[in-house]
Amino acid sequence: MSGETPFLRIKGVSKRFGGVQALIDVDWEVRRGEVHCLVGENGCGKSTLIKTVAGVHPPTAGTIEIDGRPVPSLDPAKAKALGIQVIFQDLSLFPNLTVVENVAVESTLGPALRPVQKAGMRRIAGEVLARLDFPLDLDALVADLPVAERQITAIARGLAAKARLIFMDEPTASLTRAEVDRLLAIVARLRGDGIAVVFVSHRLDEVVKVAERLTVMRDGRKVGTWPVAEVDQRRIGHLMTGVDVEHGVVARDMRAAPPLLAVEGLSRRGEFADVSLTLRKGEVLGIVGLLGAGRTELALTLFGMNRAEGGRILLEGRDLALRSNRDAVRAGIAYVSEDRLSLGLVLPQSIGDNLVLAVMRRLKNRLGLMPQARRRALAAEWVERLKVTIPGLDAPVRTLSGGNQQRVVLAKWLATRPRVLILDSPTVGVDIKNKQGIYEVVADLARGGVGVILISDEVAETFATCDRVLHMRAGRIVGEAVPGVVSEHEMEERIYA
Amino acid sequence: MPEPASGPDRAVGAALARWRRLRRRPETWLFLVILAVGTLFGLMAPGFLTLPNVIDLLETYSVQAIIAMGLFVVLVSGGIDISFAATASVAQYCAALLASRLGLPAPLVILAGLAVGVGLGCVNAALIHHLRITSIIATIAMMSVSFSLLMYFSGGRSIYDLPDWWTSRVVFYRAELASGDIVRVTLPVVLMGAMALLTWALMTRTSIGRQIYAMGGNPEAARRVGIDVGRLTYVAYGYLGFAAALGGLVQAHRVGESVPNAMVNTELAVLSAAVLGGASLAGGVGTVPGVLLGIVLLAILQNGLNLLGVSPYFFQIVIGVTILVSTSITVLSSRRGRRLRTLGEAPSHG
Ligand SMILES: Nc1ncnc2c1ncn2[C@@H]1O[C@H](COP(=O)(O)OP(=O)(O)OP(=O)(O)O)[C@@H](O)[C@H]1O
Ligand SMILES: [Mg+2]
Repeated sequence: MSGETPFLRIKGVSKRFGGVQALIDVDWEVRRGEVHCLVGENGCGKSTLIKTVAGVHPPTAGTIEIDGRPVPSLDPAKAKALGIQVIFQDLSLFPNLTVVENVAVESTLGPALRPVQKAGMRRIAGEVLARLDFPLDLDALVADLPVAERQITAIARGLAAKARLIFMDEPTASLTRAEVDRLLAIVARLRGDGIAVVFVSHRLDEVVKVAERLTVMRDGRKVGTWPVAEVDQRRIGHLMTGVDVEHGVVARDMRAAPPLLAVEGLSRRGEFADVSLTLRKGEVLGIVGLLGAGRTELALTLFGMNRAEGGRILLEGRDLALRSNRDAVRAGIAYVSEDRLSLGLVLPQSIGDNLVLAVMRRLKNRLGLMPQARRRALAAEWVERLKVTIPGLDAPVRTLSGGNQQRVVLAKWLATRPRVLILDSPTVGVDIKNKQGIYEVVADLARGGVGVILISDEVAETFATCDRVLHMRAGRIVGEAVPGVVSEHEMEERIYA
Repeated sequence: MPEPASGPDRAVGAALARWRRLRRRPETWLFLVILAVGTLFGLMAPGFLTLPNVIDLLETYSVQAIIAMGLFVVLVSGGIDISFAATASVAQYCAALLASRLGLPAPLVILAGLAVGVGLGCVNAALIHHLRITSIIATIAMMSVSFSLLMYFSGGRSIYDLPDWWTSRVVFYRAELASGDIVRVTLPVVLMGAMALLTWALMTRTSIGRQIYAMGGNPEAARRVGIDVGRLTYVAYGYLGFAAALGGLVQAHRVGESVPNAMVNTELAVLSAAVLGGASLAGGVGTVPGVLLGIVLLAILQNGLNLLGVSPYFFQIVIGVTILVSTSITVLSSRRGRRLRTLGEAPSHG
């Protein structure tokens, strides 16, 4: 096996974006039909490496060989022709087109005047989605889909075309375990067909489950490549960050604390029904459940984006009439959406501007102007607290790595100093070390009296951060658990039963 | 959670879903508005809803409709072009010069005119793609340059001695109604229909059309899936250049002379029609029927208010208000439909 030429080999590849050296002298290879994992902290250059091989970014130096032959001046079309497919971290979908047109976009790449093969495209899309065992409305516009379904669409597109190497850049970020398991099964099958898969993920348990080999990157350099059997999760974490990462806080009994946010019998047709819960001052309350259980819908209603059709919301004992999210922000409720990449940021604007977006009012001085110094100080403080790795406060957010973009959104809302903070999957795409950083910030806020609602797909995450965890299923709250009293495993059994 | 529907419920559900989708389309609203406005004018001005008047209206707006087809393609691609009226004037004037001064035969003159249009469109594309100038800036600049050059070289002089083949009326169909009115289907109307059909087929039935939609929706993603964005830019602006030149030739055909500044100020009307019809300045959306309906609405408004003896300034106000109302209805109704759907609502396949 190791004797034959690898499918992909790169030598001395470097990539620089202005002042940022994203890749430094990387030598790397991917063998035919192997499952290869690429891990590393946020901003270490994983996505850049993938985009370089996919012809999206020309490398500043170095050579790329496919099938043993060097390919100079690679572009996306050429990379595709050579059998390289990419599921991009930002999904790169066409929001104005339907699921079919997105999944089977390949079919429209032929000669300019070739008639569109509608039936053929439908068949292709239907088949891939059947393979993924995920029902999607084929004629829905992608713009109308929730994030998880968009991610499925992007995965389906990557699988629809003929490929010899598929890059999956955090394909599981917005998925829950059921879909992740199905995807991993498909990856295993691809290997059977001789198709190589390069998989990027921050969920290290997934990584060790599927991969044969693993490459660790740090600060734009390759640290090394190992057979997965030779490294465990702990070691991987150490190789990625250079330090040992611990996590977990002990659940506290918050029953004595005064209630902050109380929800009574809240309902919205087709989304959730009869939801009652109490969030106490300083409490971290987790909500877990399957995709489509109504967790995000509940959060959107608590944030005033959608109106409740029945029930009451009380903040510190007073009825809260939320007509819009502006009311919610005014009342001190902040919401970090699961769809950060399309809802949370103004991508072409600078990091500093994005950070102060939600707190402009507070920054104004007596004349109603916003002193530059104050703005920068605030932005710098949050960048520091969340350890966002950035070239400078003036760089556009678009140029940050995926995980760092997410932290900018988080910082933007934390800067509003909310009384109630609703976090919807806050650590999706964030590396382990910084996940821990975010957990610490959450714990810090809670100690300061903020009530936090944490929606998460990972039971482990809620158990490591929450004082209490609610279980939501089909729009209703069906159970409650206190971490430590109930084990993580028991909770998972209940959810996936 | 909604239960999965079965049997007749399912058929009703499907019809409902179709209506829900239809309700979000700007074309639906536009059509309803046209019906309402049309009926209103029909009742108030008796001459309005007669076949000859309608056909006449179509002919009056044929030039704008032809150019709007080209602009529509550019809008879908995610760009904008302000220079099409200047392009149309330049193409028309060049063709007129060749015909009247050199006496070239018809096919050559037409071909030259169209070539000038496509050429100017390609200059726009080059500025936008290679020099990375924003489309609105590039085309505003091109508009002043080409229009000023035209005025400079022509000295503002019109050309009146166009050959007969150009200016004589071509009637494809003629009928006399019981009322004694005569209905004629003339060349401009036929060309308008042909352009609409061509554009519709190009944009919905060919690979390149779908690629243009994809590029308008997410240009970076289009590049990443291997679409040649540069080529599409040339196609879109080149096509608009072609449409503008054709519009210019037809305009001279209708009025029987070539006046260098006859087409200025049509920019806004054409742009309004496209936007009314649902083409977005942000790119990626819009349909040919929508743009045609947009033209029809503008035509009806102008003609109807005219028949009622309303001042032309008032017409401008009405146009503005109509654009505001119809685009906000579209945006609002599509936002409502965009509510997050839970998984239970997605129909299963099989
Ligand atoms: N288009 C760009 N312009 C400027 N800098 C960029 C650009 N794309 C990436 N970078 C920079 O290159 C570095 C590597 O980014 P990359 O996206 O490859 O990280 P990553 O390993 O994928 O991280 P994550 O886990 O957060 O997705 C980062 O410092 C980022 O800011
Ligand atoms: Mg990345």
